[in-house]
Amino acid sequence: MSVVAAAPARENLRRTWYAFSRNGGSLFGLGIVVVVVLLTAFAPWVTPFPRHARAFTDFEHASLPPGGSHLFGTDTIGRDILTRVVFGYRFSLLLGLVVLSAAVPTGVVLGLLAGYYRGWPETVIMRVTDIFLSIPPLALALAIMAVLEPNLQNAMLAVSVMWWPWYTRLVYGLVSSLRNEGYVQAAQIVGASPAHILLREILPNCLPAILTKMTLDMAFVILIGSSLSFLGLGVQPPDPDLGTMVADGAKYMPDLWWVPVFPGLAILVIVLGFNLLGDGLRDIFGVEV
Amino acid sequence: MLLGLSLLIFVIARVIPGDPARIALGPLASRAQIAALRAQMYLDEPLPVQYAHYVRGVVRGDFGESLYTHRPVTTDLHDLFPATLELVLYAGLLMVAVGVPLGILAASYRDTWVDTLVRLISLGGVVTPAFVWAIVLMLIFAYALGVLPVAGRLSAGAVPPPPVTGLVTIDALLDRNPATYLDFLRHLVLPAVSLALAGVAQAARLTRASMVDVAGRPFIEAARAFGISNARIALKYMLKPSLIPTVTILGLDFAALLGNAFLVEAVFNWPGIARYGVQVILRKDLNAIVAVVIIMGLFFVVINFLIDILVGYLDPRIRLRQADEAA
Amino acid sequence: MPREMLLDIRNLHVSFTGYRGHSRVLNGVNLTVGRGEKVGLVGETGCGKSLTVRAVLGLLQPPRARIRGEIWFAGRNLLALPPGELQQIRGREIAMIFQDPMAALNPVFTVGDQLLDIIARRPGGRPSERAAWARAVDILKEVALPDPERIMRAYPVQLSGGMRQRVLIAMALVNEPALVIADEPGTALDVTIQEQILQVMRALVDAKRTSVLLITHNLGVVRQTTDRVYVMYAGSIAETAPTADLFSAPQHPYTQGLLASVPKLTGEGVPRGIDGMIPDYLNPPPGCRFAPRCQFAQPRCQQPPPWVRVGAEHDVACVLYDDGSRPSAERAAPSPIPLPTGEGTDEASGLPSNTAPAVTRP
Repeated sequence: MSVVAAAPARENLRRTWYAFSRNGGSLFGLGIVVVVVLLTAFAPWVTPFPRHARAFTDFEHASLPPGGSHLFGTDTIGRDILTRVVFGYRFSLLLGLVVLSAAVPTGVVLGLLAGYYRGWPETVIMRVTDIFLSIPPLALALAIMAVLEPNLQNAMLAVSVMWWPWYTRLVYGLVSSLRNEGYVQAAQIVGASPAHILLREILPNCLPAILTKMTLDMAFVILIGSSLSFLGLGVQPPDPDLGTMVADGAKYMPDLWWVPVFPGLAILVIVLGFNLLGDGLRDIFGVEV
Repeated sequence: MLLGLSLLIFVIARVIPGDPARIALGPLASRAQIAALRAQMYLDEPLPVQYAHYVRGVVRGDFGESLYTHRPVTTDLHDLFPATLELVLYAGLLMVAVGVPLGILAASYRDTWVDTLVRLISLGGVVTPAFVWAIVLMLIFAYALGVLPVAGRLSAGAVPPPPVTGLVTIDALLDRNPATYLDFLRHLVLPAVSLALAGVAQAARLTRASMVDVAGRPFIEAARAFGISNARIALKYMLKPSLIPTVTILGLDFAALLGNAFLVEAVFNWPGIARYGVQVILRKDLNAIVAVVIIMGLFFVVINFLIDILVGYLDPRIRLRQADEAA
Repeated sequence: MPREMLLDIRNLHVSFTGYRGHSRVLNGVNLTVGRGEKVGLVGETGCGKSLTVRAVLGLLQPPRARIRGEIWFAGRNLLALPPGELQQIRGREIAMIFQDPMAALNPVFTVGDQLLDIIARRPGGRPSERAAWARAVDILKEVALPDPERIMRAYPVQLSGGMRQRVLIAMALVNEPALVIADEPGTALDVTIQEQILQVMRALVDAKRTSVLLITHNLGVVRQTTDRVYVMYAGSIAETAPTADLFSAPQHPYTQGLLASVPKLTGEGVPRGIDGMIPDYLNPPPGCRFAPRCQFAQPRCQQPPPWVRVGAEHDVACVLYDDGSRPSAERAAPSPIPLPTGEGTDEASGLPSNTAPAVTRP
């Protein structure tokens, strides 16, 4: 550890990149994520029929099978599925980003407090966390959606509510062991404030694990989000969402098989990308999440 | 935990804007009807009193009447839960019976093509949502190949066996009716496989990771140095310690199958509680929602309890500690 | 050498490939153990002691580890044996006593379960269940464990560190192997417990005339236990001699430094370390790997050091002795540092294990 820390930053970077690039899967995952992010960022310019992203009808070209100018075919009202898939990624990524930016800071702060301050903060925070953790994610999201109006905002809310406890537990576990480290005790002895110790001594050492978990969680949040949409509890038509598109297309099976299958594969691809990337990060950081 | 879950649902149900009675009765309800329902649901009482009523109902197994089916919620659950339970049990069985051996195989032939293959399969399982599997499998086996039925629990015209347990498999066996049994199995294959795939993948990954972790421990090197055969090391010295973390997480995964059943039942038109759950959620049928959530919670509690027992059996350190505490 | 050879390691090289390149850790190790002989292998942490014995047992896994050389054991080259045959030798003819008793026993099986699995491999066929149990109880008695029947049914977590170390000794010796490799037994334990453990081990191997290869960085343990010693530095053997000779007349500058770094019980003299650090295995110095730290280093050290006989069974890998004049052990080479000599002047068994030679001086 000390050797690594003493090595120059560039050497560190090279070592990390070497470990990362030796794993073909992680590179592939990184590639997928980069391509999808670029596609969504420039969606209006790179998709063949940007107008098809929302409400639009063109019955002359309805229900076309894949091929020709519609690579993934068209749906029952004539919208280009490829276009809608790319725009659908926007909602997937948005959901992932919003959920993580709400859940991660909450979970991390609570985990830091519970891990550092023994006594009642620990008991209260961890007890509540355990209750959330003992319920499978999708079930909890369903329970929350049960009482809220089904739309994107509420889906984000529901998924965020069920996600923060995982970070609390992760950080809690890390802090519990880090607080006994020599450098933390040294900081305490010289009279550093708890805020300094938590933010400058402990938090930086938790970052690799948090970052890795966030990458893997992008995959799972997107999965859960698309599942909620599939059940009609997430993004509402006419906005293009991959889960909604699958549910919609499932009604026209097996004749219009391309309507549900391509959005379904699209979910698979982005989830695969974040998953492989996260696995790669986990390997090079050597963290357990 | 159940208490926490029920409290959570209660709080969310009460803090959201809008009058539950009005939502339940719809925009056309009269003022008097709403007032009556409010009184019936104790909505005019203070919150702690409301909660007390709610808990008392739950404990007595009385969830009131569903506003969707207009039947007692308990009756609905009684009719629908066995179908879901059966689906989840078979999927869970698949998850353990296929996933764990795959993980052992991958760890034993680590860094060979066997390992790569298992990792690819499990990656596919982990990254694909259950409903996508359901649709793809349905397209292939039910439509394209036509070897398995498309949807439902039994063929049209098939006479269900006399309900004893509510689980068709067991009832058909009790009824000595192999035809029904096979018919049911044929209907079960696709939903159970779609539901189980993510779990199989997870189980294989976990088992592999755990075995690989254990393989690096000194006691495994020691066992090799003592000349214990590779097969015995894998199946005895590595397997048991590595099952301890695996079992704990598999328990959570098993419970999660119930959540994913929502997705699979929707595709296969499976007459279970999950499909019912989605309907009542969309209709804001509070009584039924509470019942569905409580049933799911109960399922998790039971699973967690069984897992604790199993882990205690596997891990002497936990067993000995429990014995010490009891003494 | 007059003795019948049991283990003969010839020119053993082991290397690993990492991201920065190829690290050549073992660089031509030569080592022999005769029948009934007790041999010590000393050196600082990271010098390749453990790697050497793991290569003997076939515990290094290709393709990660690249192994070259020959390891002859009772007439067979272990490196050329198929894995199945090597497994037959492990635990029956060569056994190993592991260093960390806390980690080397499987936590989820009883001691009896693990011991019986080893007894089932006894040469000459699997014994009956009752005979195996009786054998297990016997060996636990031999390592001086009280109430063996209870220990058989106990899980490792229920035993103290000292008891577990005895169990590990019992496991290694139960099938009466010809060679026991002891990897710093008892180092993880209290000094007094460690001494008891070593006594038990010595008594057992003496009674059965078992050959021993003892790895340690504790010179006191070597002195008490072994007949002959190898000193290892950075992946090769620096010096070998009968134990008494090595302590009275060390020849290699590294051995001299090693002995000088041990504090004496009498308090005279100041223990000194050896300047510098063990070299980088990725990029080792050409020739003698000790040269960069050696105060007698000279241009010739850029060549691989010669292997020079300086006394009876006393060999040293150093150019200082390569002038044909064969300095005797008494002349003892240029030796500006006080050597620990004689009885009772240096550490005996009672020193804490952390008096191992200091590697560096800050």
